[in-house]
Amino acid sequence: MTDGSDVAPSVVRPRRIEWRAATITDVIRETAHAKTLVMDVPNWPGHTAGQHVDVRLTAEDGYQAQRSYSIASAPSRSTLAITIERLDDGEVSPYLTDALGVGDRVELRGPIGGYFVWEPSMGGPLFLVGGGSGIVPLMAMLRTRAALPAPIRGSAPATLLYSSRAWDDVIYRDEVITLAEDPGVNVVQTLTRSQPSGWTGFTRRIDADMLAEVAPAPSLRPHIYICGPTALVETAAQMLVELGHEPARVKTERFGPTG
Amino acid sequence: MADEPIISRGFRGRRAAAGRQSRIPPGQYEERDFPVLSAGPTPHTPLSKWDFTLRAVDGATMKWTWDELQALPHENITRDIHCVTKWTKLDTVWEGISVDTLVGAAAARGVQTAPFIVAYSDGGYTTNLPFDDLAGGKAWIAFGYDGKPLHPEHGGPARLLVPHLYFWKSAKWVRGIQFTAHNEPGFWEVNGYHDRGDPWREQRYTGDP
Repeated sequence: MTDGSDVAPSVVRPRRIEWRAATITDVIRETAHAKTLVMDVPNWPGHTAGQHVDVRLTAEDGYQAQRSYSIASAPSRSTLAITIERLDDGEVSPYLTDALGVGDRVELRGPIGGYFVWEPSMGGPLFLVGGGSGIVPLMAMLRTRAALPAPIRGSAPATLLYSSRAWDDVIYRDEVITLAEDPGVNVVQTLTRSQPSGWTGFTRRIDADMLAEVAPAPSLRPHIYICGPTALVETAAQMLVELGHEPARVKTERFGPTG
Repeated sequence: MADEPIISRGFRGRRAAAGRQSRIPPGQYEERDFPVLSAGPTPHTPLSKWDFTLRAVDGATMKWTWDELQALPHENITRDIHCVTKWTKLDTVWEGISVDTLVGAAAARGVQTAPFIVAYSDGGYTTNLPFDDLAGGKAWIAFGYDGKPLHPEHGGPARLLVPHLYFWKSAKWVRGIQFTAHNEPGFWEVNGYHDRGDPWREQRYTGDP
């Protein structure tokens, strides 16, 4: 080459996302299988709803294990909440849900991820589809929205379609009901395995008819976020595309086992 | 900042069996299933409309239809794979065509290589790699997994297979490789993930060493 194009441009090397010591300030029992750890993280740089953190545990002999967990809380400079579903045969989640208490410390790094995210400047409408603990990053979005000044909030209406097995498995159950008191939030729940008496929500797995009934019209160009088990995510994403939503506006996060 | 790791009292962890643990990169754990992770809906392109393109920096291209690709020599590949979401799966068995085979055939038609590539996929996904990470028996266009056609959830009909790097580099639903003179970060690489993604150096995120 002759024109200097082989000279590397000066690149500002991005900072490494460092491990931080987080101190647990509260433990909230969400369901029989899910707990929220509220943590104080010194110098937390803030985050965007939908991002996750990596949590690292170190055994006394130095063995380490890491897992990723979605952030549940709205952006804040000091407090961070993650909600962990306990997998009975998991390596990390039983320790996080059973062994840790207020005052304990754990290492984490983040925030991570720049795609499955929503920030208020993106506007609405929002269509959030969650299954089980897939609600967690979606709740971060709803909490972010709820913290906005009313006029901005009003420009980002949100619909949540939330699938759980049973009433006692509904993570953030009370808060979801409270959120729905906002006229800009529509919460639709389905309980796929068992329902309490008097249940008026859906009682089946998410399907095309349900999505057609609940989702904002494709002409409104909603921002769609789907998070849950693979089967739910595959089905919902496929059907929303068939209903006419642009594939590029359908953002998905699937989880396999993250024990 | 945590200078010394915090010891989690009572945490024992679950190590892989002897002889296997040494194959698990730092921060990974052994997974026996095959989890699915994608950023959007699974695209479905019929094989009759599927083709694969190699394109040089100067625009010279070579294209293969599905049948033309299948006529090239197949290889069986057994490798460990590592997903940045922490799981590692040992001894996965693939069937595909070496990128070397494609590049060699294209070179005969004047499609020249370049220092970098961008692999691109149905659905708009892209990922970038130095060409050195594809050449010399390190990468394949894979269409078989575990003796069966590759399932669409896992990237079928065909995905890039670059098993020595984190698995987001093994682009699902791949449709072509664009050679580039310079490094051009792809989808995850502009969304917080490392440019190269070597699991043994734990290059997960932007800024990792």
